[in-house]
Amino acid sequence: MPKIDNKVIQNRDQIIKDLGKFISKENILSHQDEIKPYETDGLTAYKQKPLIVILPETTKEVSKVLSYCNKNNIKVVPRGAGTGLSGGALPSADCVLLSLGKFNKILEIDFKNRCVVAQTGVTNLAITQAVQDNNFYYAPDPSSQIACSIGGNVAENSGGVHSLKYGTTTNNILGLKIVLMDGTITTIGGKVFDSPGYDLLGLITGSEGLLCIITEVTAKILQKPDTIKAALLGFPTIEDSGNCVGEIIAEGIIPAGMEIMDKALTHATEKFSKAGYPLDAEAMMIVELDGTDLEVTELLKKVAEIGKKNNCTTVKISNSEEERLKFWSGRKAAFPACAALAPDYFCMDGTIPRGKLAEVLREITRLSKEYNLPVANAFHAGDGNLHPLIMFDANDQQSLEKAEKFGADILKYCVKVGGVLTGEHGVGIEKRELMCEMFNQNDIQQQLDIKIALDPSSLLNPGKVYPILRKCAEQGRIHVHGAKEKFSDIPRF
Amino acid sequence: MELKRNSQTFQDFNSTILKPSNEEQVQQIIRYCYKNNLSIEIIGTGSKKGIGKNLQCKKILDMSNISGIINYKPDELYITVKASTPINSIQDELKKNNQHLAFEPVNFEKIFEKDSKEGTIAGALSCNFSGSRRFKVGSARDHILGFKGYNGKGEKIKSGGTVQKNVTGYDLSKLITGSFGTLVVLTEITLKVLPLESDTKTIVISGLPLEDSLEIMGSALNSSNDPSGAVFYPENFRNSFTFNDLAYPGSITAIRLEGTSGSVDQRIKNFYNQWSLNEKKTTILDKTQSVIFWEDTRSLKVFSNTDKSLLRVVVPPSETTNLISRLRLFHANCFLDWGGSLVWLELDYLSSEKIDQIRKRVLDVGGYLTVIKSKQNLKDSTEVFTVNPIEFRISQNIKKSFDPKRIFNPGRMYRGI
Repeated sequence: MPKIDNKVIQNRDQIIKDLGKFISKENILSHQDEIKPYETDGLTAYKQKPLIVILPETTKEVSKVLSYCNKNNIKVVPRGAGTGLSGGALPSADCVLLSLGKFNKILEIDFKNRCVVAQTGVTNLAITQAVQDNNFYYAPDPSSQIACSIGGNVAENSGGVHSLKYGTTTNNILGLKIVLMDGTITTIGGKVFDSPGYDLLGLITGSEGLLCIITEVTAKILQKPDTIKAALLGFPTIEDSGNCVGEIIAEGIIPAGMEIMDKALTHATEKFSKAGYPLDAEAMMIVELDGTDLEVTELLKKVAEIGKKNNCTTVKISNSEEERLKFWSGRKAAFPACAALAPDYFCMDGTIPRGKLAEVLREITRLSKEYNLPVANAFHAGDGNLHPLIMFDANDQQSLEKAEKFGADILKYCVKVGGVLTGEHGVGIEKRELMCEMFNQNDIQQQLDIKIALDPSSLLNPGKVYPILRKCAEQGRIHVHGAKEKFSDIPRF
Repeated sequence: MELKRNSQTFQDFNSTILKPSNEEQVQQIIRYCYKNNLSIEIIGTGSKKGIGKNLQCKKILDMSNISGIINYKPDELYITVKASTPINSIQDELKKNNQHLAFEPVNFEKIFEKDSKEGTIAGALSCNFSGSRRFKVGSARDHILGFKGYNGKGEKIKSGGTVQKNVTGYDLSKLITGSFGTLVVLTEITLKVLPLESDTKTIVISGLPLEDSLEIMGSALNSSNDPSGAVFYPENFRNSFTFNDLAYPGSITAIRLEGTSGSVDQRIKNFYNQWSLNEKKTTILDKTQSVIFWEDTRSLKVFSNTDKSLLRVVVPPSETTNLISRLRLFHANCFLDWGGSLVWLELDYLSSEKIDQIRKRVLDVGGYLTVIKSKQNLKDSTEVFTVNPIEFRISQNIKKSFDPKRIFNPGRMYRGI
């Protein structure tokens, strides 16, 4: 992490006093017990208490705080719901942690323009809940959607299981209200598509809190499809399941969701959720289709035919909403199921070309033997996003180090086959040192220059995303200990 | 000459028009211009050269040789091409596998350059003007997965990749889309491709007044019938469309449905029931006629060879009626796309004052305006795009981070950028 500014730490009392001029005193947390909950996010391997925590309530307050911190050279780390999996909200000892938890109101529901204007701390699911009575929903559905905030979704460009068909956050928002590090407040976009000029909406989405603080989001809402059904398919080999995915897409079918689990994960989740998965299968796949009933029925028939052509041994089609949700129940229990198998696990997050699935899984199996650590794999097959879950025991230093190396090797292999380091969890501090696997000096320098263009003193969320010494290290994972994942009640998949 | 073309080293720096044969030469030219403080106008086939402010650059960088398909993976839903690959040759290649660029880039060849073959993919991305499917599938910026190119210092940079889901670093692909060649000279682009739907039909409702048309289009977009196009042409454009099945006179309200044959028919039935369309003058265009109709819309056929001025206005759908009534005094010809959110305006006489008056009305309702073509060549005296002062300041800083000497298309978007 960047060098700690001891002067700021020594000035703590004065900073608290100064900030008290802009925001009410009860919204400034400084006692060690009060700030402890903010020492980490969903990546619990890293912990650090911030200097203080503030909870502003208005955009103007955010502006005043940032302006003050900018003038006094104080680092600011923004935080939404704290569910991020790459350490993006990890504080430093000399930072003001700016929590957006009090920005929790939906400001406007506009069916005519098909959008919702929400404050940044509103949860992802709350947006859908606000419009579902009118048969609308907000499409991106990260697994933590009951808790994660819409502002955090923008910061990470969150996806979900339906992103092949419906896109990620960047494809589903229209506007933002933001505050720059110097305190400038502005709006980007609005209720219209493709605002002119540089696509600042696209730049800010996925910028992991490094460029500005988001206080309001205008999210696009969609009409719910008439019919949603799913098929459950079991395959004798990973190759067969991979070929089936390729053929479904070649047939011109874009499923709403397409998920594969390997045998290890199928067994783990079946024990956990009793979803009725085929235990003899080496790979299990859920294909979800939506649209008109005629279209869904027609396409599911084709999916089943393609599955059979690719040697699938089990085909089940959901006959009710209850059955469809049952198909998903095991998949959604994948992470807790792994937590029950080993004291700790790392969840990796790489994206690979779909056609390389079998090759990458073979390499993961080889590495698993080499490192002597078990692994289970979940795969968003539609968009190529792979989540290997490496099981280990963090109390054993050797096991922890091996797991770290194993994880880094997987991500490097993802890049080697034409994939990327992260599909949806973000770089944060977790994969920062692996950035040079994908980008060279010029690429990284260009990105750093953009950071300086918006935050000249690099005070906003410093130390995240870009390698500090441009040196590759062996890192990259989510750490879960003793099934005590941060917010273990939130589904992860 | 042949020898020079094959050479890795670009030699003809003294010409005004610099036409590199390969990527290395692109870099050599940019480095040369950077070192010698020479501004560069970047062109492909010139199909959209008329858009943006007038440029007075020392050099013209003609990228048309940097063309060709590098890698096409239908199963992985992406294609990687060199920057100046013509759009129609990409679409032809994709069609062989029943795929396409779903964002339907607007084809300006009927407005500007007839021989531009619809322009290049880099041009389409640089402008980010997307067609009628926008509200369903997104625009060009939603379909770019990655790029390679050179910044204003001649440094090779890249962003993104070939996979569909990627959050590794800032999304520079989006930033360069719509930047009108002011940030990066693109050399290689990877695009998301999607399957062509097996069937397409279009419901045309004839003779509706604007307000009724907007209501039906709005309801269509708010329904689960999943339309992929909704346009309104007023009566004066009726004769631009001659289809065997289109029998009725009057305005055209057209709603496109795409999908499997059964699904399209089912949704048409839903539309007829929901809006009692049997009581209205309706026509259903089959696949062949539909494809022609939407192609005509994408290429702005109703404004073919216009010698008038052309404005592109985008407003929230709820504000279209209000805006159109506030613009009546300007006597513009207009048609509506994106279910009413996109308004194309053709005006006979335009002045800077008039543009400012229209822009104010557009801004008042939360929209924006772009001057596409100005008959009176007003682009030096008025803003072509809409931008607020803070966004302008941010944009200036971003421009500086890519192109510190402002050598790429300086002033094409705004003065000072």
